[in-house]
Amino acid sequence: MIELLRSLGGWGINTFQRLGRGHIFLMQMLAGVPSSVFRFSLVIQQLFYVGVLSILIILISGLFVGMVLGLQGYNTLVDFGAEESLGVLVSLSLVRELGPVVSALLFAGRAGSALTAEIGLMKSTEQLSGMEMMAVDPMRRIIAPRFLAGLISMPLLAAIFSAVGILGGFLVGHGLLGVDDGAFWSQMQAKTDWYEDILNGVVKSIVFGFVVTWIALFEGYDASPTSEGVGRATTRTVVHSAFAILGLDFVLTALMFGDI
Amino acid sequence: MNSKRSTEILVGLFVAAGIAALFVLAMKVSNLGDFTDEKGYEVVAHFQNIGGLKARSPVTMAGVRVGRVTSISLDPDSYDAKVTINIYPQYDNIPIDTSASIFTAGLLGEQYISLSPGADDFFLQDGDIIDLTQPAVVLEQVIGQFLYSTAEGE
Repeated sequence: MIELLRSLGGWGINTFQRLGRGHIFLMQMLAGVPSSVFRFSLVIQQLFYVGVLSILIILISGLFVGMVLGLQGYNTLVDFGAEESLGVLVSLSLVRELGPVVSALLFAGRAGSALTAEIGLMKSTEQLSGMEMMAVDPMRRIIAPRFLAGLISMPLLAAIFSAVGILGGFLVGHGLLGVDDGAFWSQMQAKTDWYEDILNGVVKSIVFGFVVTWIALFEGYDASPTSEGVGRATTRTVVHSAFAILGLDFVLTALMFGDI
Repeated sequence: MNSKRSTEILVGLFVAAGIAALFVLAMKVSNLGDFTDEKGYEVVAHFQNIGGLKARSPVTMAGVRVGRVTSISLDPDSYDAKVTINIYPQYDNIPIDTSASIFTAGLLGEQYISLSPGADDFFLQDGDIIDLTQPAVVLEQVIGQFLYSTAEGE
């Protein structure tokens, strides 16, 4: 019984310690951001690894998500004779929800895990402490450019996801199911608002990019320097990112669209 | 050096693709294109009941969009709805005795104002008031009247 209480307490203290470390890490990282703006070539290199290499998975998933939305939405809407609203359904669900959320989940799996593994390996091979020896701040040289790259690429990826998804919905809706293309686009334009829907989606994706990159970098930086520790940190990145994305999505949706 | 160059080019393409996607979302998907509506002249119409009409609802004449609703407020004196309409400047020859009705697109669709032209020689100007208006048909009222009349008939 005492043993149980003790382990529970230890678990609680560890959790809070990690939470505190994570936020201290965040502050140090943000402090490193301004200097990495001036060395933008580092950020561009990271944009390649974080953003460009994620494009393919975003394009393919976006296309298929849009196509599935088109099929499913059509089957429901046709019962009400409202299949012209398919464009609205596809665009609103993609721009508001699925674009930011699914691309953030994919981003966590594709780029976040790679970031964690990279930083974790740097730590376990003592490259980070080597840098500190040479008076190079790894926060500025390694962490901040990656953070900035994640923050920049996430909204762009989400926008690509939504645009491709709408194209996929249109291909299925118009090409396969025969929804009138004029009605598809005009209803979509009538009901999708730039500020209310699209910009809120962009805000969501920026928040997700912030959180996912932060989690990924922190898990890598905080990994125990063994191959097992790096593996566990990579898993934790994906799991914690997924929790954070879905939980934050509810909060953001309630704030943006819930009229609370 | 060469690989660095191609990295930079690919990153540039990526950022351009992302911004292009946002642009497509803005112009093709959302109604942002409509925000550039040229400022025409404003007229006012009073309705007994506007149903589900909203600001930015379309205003049509013979099915063609000629303007948009800019604002809706309650007239404190007559207790009816005061609807301000922005009509595009190229439609400057709408007769002054034009009437305005609120219709629904489809059975449950969006509500819009339809203008049917009068025959007067004077045209609507900025700040004019459309006198002839027909309120929105509220589906519940129609169903209520229908049920009432069938019950009476029995």
